[in-house]
Amino acid sequence: MEWQFRNDSPIYTQLTQRLTQAIVAGEFRPGERLPSVRELAVEAGVNPNTVQRALADLERDGLVFSQRTAGRFVTEDVSMLENAKLRLADQCVESFLSEMAKLGCGRDEVIALLQGRKEEGQ
Amino acid sequence: MNILECKALTKRYGGKSALEGVDLAIEPGRIVGLLGPNGSGKTTLIKLANGLLTPTSGEILIDGKAPSPETKSIVSYLPDRNALPDWMTAAQTVDYYADFYADFRRDAAQEMIQRLGLDVSARVKTLSKGTREKLQLILVMSRAAKLYLLDEPIGGVDPATRDYILRTIIGNYNEDASVVLSTHLIADVEQVLDEVIFLQNGRVERHASVDAIRGETGKSVDELFREVFKC
Repeated sequence: MEWQFRNDSPIYTQLTQRLTQAIVAGEFRPGERLPSVRELAVEAGVNPNTVQRALADLERDGLVFSQRTAGRFVTEDVSMLENAKLRLADQCVESFLSEMAKLGCGRDEVIALLQGRKEEGQ
Repeated sequence: MNILECKALTKRYGGKSALEGVDLAIEPGRIVGLLGPNGSGKTTLIKLANGLLTPTSGEILIDGKAPSPETKSIVSYLPDRNALPDWMTAAQTVDYYADFYADFRRDAAQEMIQRLGLDVSARVKTLSKGTREKLQLILVMSRAAKLYLLDEPIGGVDPATRDYILRTIIGNYNEDASVVLSTHLIADVEQVLDEVIFLQNGRVERHASVDAIRGETGKSVDELFREVFKC
């Protein structure tokens, strides 16, 4: 997994985002056990408390659950994963549209461009 | 109970002040960066915590006690220069640490040395600077201490070695222990730190969590440091 952190926001929020991505993309399967806090910290090269905080966020969002001694697992609730994916996708669309707006492209123009891509792909 | 606490801690060398009225508290389970330009008092603070220097006034407490042989048994210290006898072999340095420290985890040290591919019969003086620093760090992190004081653990090593050192620290410190590491290479250590202490001219300029700094200023600690300490 790639671990790169930007300077402009707290590391735990970036870590939460990265782990959410990994979960919705199936890098960690539904029901799969996540690596321990320490393992994730060493892999990502970040502070274990930061990992703890990011995992607590994921737990609050319902994407992972913990079992007292066995560790943390990815939820098996597929609709939950689907929702998380839609939320992330929505954020991508949002930032894409605002970048396009900076170029002066309105919604119709954006859609026309996407339509062009779609036909290209066919 | 704070694992490290300073109350109005002052250290002067002759008339020159190295630390002036420092108040600090560090809780267990934290990785703390002690940051500041050269001559800001980082090494002095670490040496005071080790009992290698005594305060001119004020006090410094380790787990509630003044530095003593008792506190040394819970503090693992990495000096800012090579402190291993250079005639020893790597294997002998492991024995040396095992003799000195009851909390030394020989298995952990041996495993890390093996993973590093270090020849245990090699003498310290024949090792490269980077390898010597890795060996010294392995020994220091193999203790199950309550407080790790690391003076410039990543000074003067290449980026891959730096990465190795930081991962060794994260992977080995005891969860209830705290790690204090001094450095001026902030960008490289920022993501492993819980909190940072900025020292300037012997005073604490700022003590905050890394997430708080990034969240409030929208800047990395490194960027903030460059502003605070602009020459």
